[in-house]
Amino acid sequence: MPPHIHISVDRLRRRRSTPPSKKPVGDGKACKACGAHFRAEELERNWGVCTTCDHHFPVSSSERITQLADGDEWRELWSELAATDPLRFTDLVPYTERVEQAEAKGVREALVVGELSVQGVPSLAAVMDFGFLGGSMGSVVGEKFARAADRCVETGRPLSVITASGGARMQEGVIALMQMAKTVVAIDDLREAAIPVVVVLAHPTTGGVWASFASMGDFTYAEPGALIAFSGPRVIEQTTREKLPPEFGLAESQLENGQVDAVVDRRELPGRIGSVLNILDRPRADIDDGAGRIARQGRERASRAAQALPKLSRRLRGRLGTGSDGGAE
Amino acid sequence: MSRLTRRLTGRSEEAEPQDRDEVWEAIQLARHQDRPYPLDYIDRLMTDFEEIHGDRLFSDDPALVCGIGRYHGRPVAVIGHQKGRDTNERTYRNFGMPGPEGYRKGMRLMELAEKFDLDLVTLIDTPGAYPGAGAEERGQGGAIARSMQTMLRLRPPTVAVVIGEGSSGGALALGVADRVVMLENTTYSVISPEGGSAILWRDAGKARDAAAAFKPTASNCYRWGVADAVVPEPAEGAHADADEAARLLDAYLERTLRELRRVDVGQRLARRKERFRRIGTFREGPHEGQVPLADPPADSASETSNGQPPAS
Repeated sequence: MPPHIHISVDRLRRRRSTPPSKKPVGDGKACKACGAHFRAEELERNWGVCTTCDHHFPVSSSERITQLADGDEWRELWSELAATDPLRFTDLVPYTERVEQAEAKGVREALVVGELSVQGVPSLAAVMDFGFLGGSMGSVVGEKFARAADRCVETGRPLSVITASGGARMQEGVIALMQMAKTVVAIDDLREAAIPVVVVLAHPTTGGVWASFASMGDFTYAEPGALIAFSGPRVIEQTTREKLPPEFGLAESQLENGQVDAVVDRRELPGRIGSVLNILDRPRADIDDGAGRIARQGRERASRAAQALPKLSRRLRGRLGTGSDGGAE
Repeated sequence: MSRLTRRLTGRSEEAEPQDRDEVWEAIQLARHQDRPYPLDYIDRLMTDFEEIHGDRLFSDDPALVCGIGRYHGRPVAVIGHQKGRDTNERTYRNFGMPGPEGYRKGMRLMELAEKFDLDLVTLIDTPGAYPGAGAEERGQGGAIARSMQTMLRLRPPTVAVVIGEGSSGGALALGVADRVVMLENTTYSVISPEGGSAILWRDAGKARDAAAAFKPTASNCYRWGVADAVVPEPAEGAHADADEAARLLDAYLERTLRELRRVDVGQRLARRKERFRRIGTFREGPHEGQVPLADPPADSASETSNGQPPAS
């Protein structure tokens, strides 16, 4: 048995002996779980994990990518996609302002996707950023995820996903809800093309993200202490008047519930993801069949769509180089 | 392309401006306690109906009614959120809020539909999936996700009908169909107005503001490409005349299932995927233009029921 599995089993058996202290500590540069003080660069060197108690702090998508990718091999894709405001939505603050404020912090959207290499396996990664509107899934997140899946199918490369999200982006209303279905379409394309998908659930993974692609990986890892739930504890307590135990929905409980495959320390994640990707890595020839079939279906879908348009279709049809038959399979 | 879409369909992506009271009224109508529920439609539209019970893993979930029956002579499968009309029944039905058992029972029925090549009709009417500790422990999120995937892959024709309120993933779990239609006085939303106001306004009492912001009416959902058609209701609303509401739905449903049957199965599956793959609105690059929302399916020129324009 590889040694890393042994380590993780130890870690996931570990229980916090005392609940995290609620009282604010010092200047904020203390671990909120154990109260130990630390220097910022020390924490960053330790990948945002408390050096005293192993509490996992939130980390940005760019830190995640630095941790996950081999060397400097990271090429971000479709970073230019940006949110619009289809509902002209205003709650306490207009949606457009919320987006501008979030963008001003330097993060582009709640999902960053790109090409990289993980433990020697060329692959794609889709990493959520809780710092951008609570990692909420709107049209941009859905589209980027779908494009990343398309690219995986085209190239035969596996996909690593790291989630941290409050769920669907309410400011985009029912269009945000539909992104759940859109990511499920993408996951299903990956299934048909036999593309490995490893999902890491970071704190928190809730709502529509947990109820769509986040729960559909071939392997599902969770970071220690991450809240993983469809309905968060506050909503449940308000609706049902149930009193929830403090460990409700946490990664360790969800492991016991059979909802995740392992709870993995952040510092071991690249090794664990890489291990799965390496086991499932196959020579190109093997996957060509599945990928080729999906690519073919995609082309057929496009040509059918073209034929459905009354006027433009002839020009498009010419460009797509298909005949004038019905396009039926 | 966006302009082209609009020309072809008469749709624009902008929501129709509606005032606060109008949206709130729509929500009250969608929730009216006398509205027909799935079993009322089944009674009126189907001869013979046999219900299945239980997910074979944990329990039965009365919030979802799942069964098979005969519709215009053909066997079909039906799944619907059943809310319950009086206090006792509502408690029994859990107000139409399914747990993972419900969705797994639904997937059992979908597999049955696949095996016997039965058309699948889903009737959506829920405030959302049940938020409870037990539901979470037994995998509420995964059950919703897998229900969507199972529906997406189903080979027979599928039609999802929003017959009341369609809120959150609890509704969408039954909504990944070839055609998604809404009755005239129904809503489809990312979250209930109460839930949205508690989260965004931090005040559960701002439900009216939340409703006005979400604009979840059938006419707006049609504009956004979320609904393919709006089925008219009796003049007074479905709650006033269940027989007439069922007749109007029947006219749409029967024709649509027949149309879908005529499409080759591979094409039907590809179009279903494409339908959901396309939904979204965003900017790309320096251009401010929006990518079109879902184009209508190829045969949707005659999509609205009885040739009437969608209600607005």
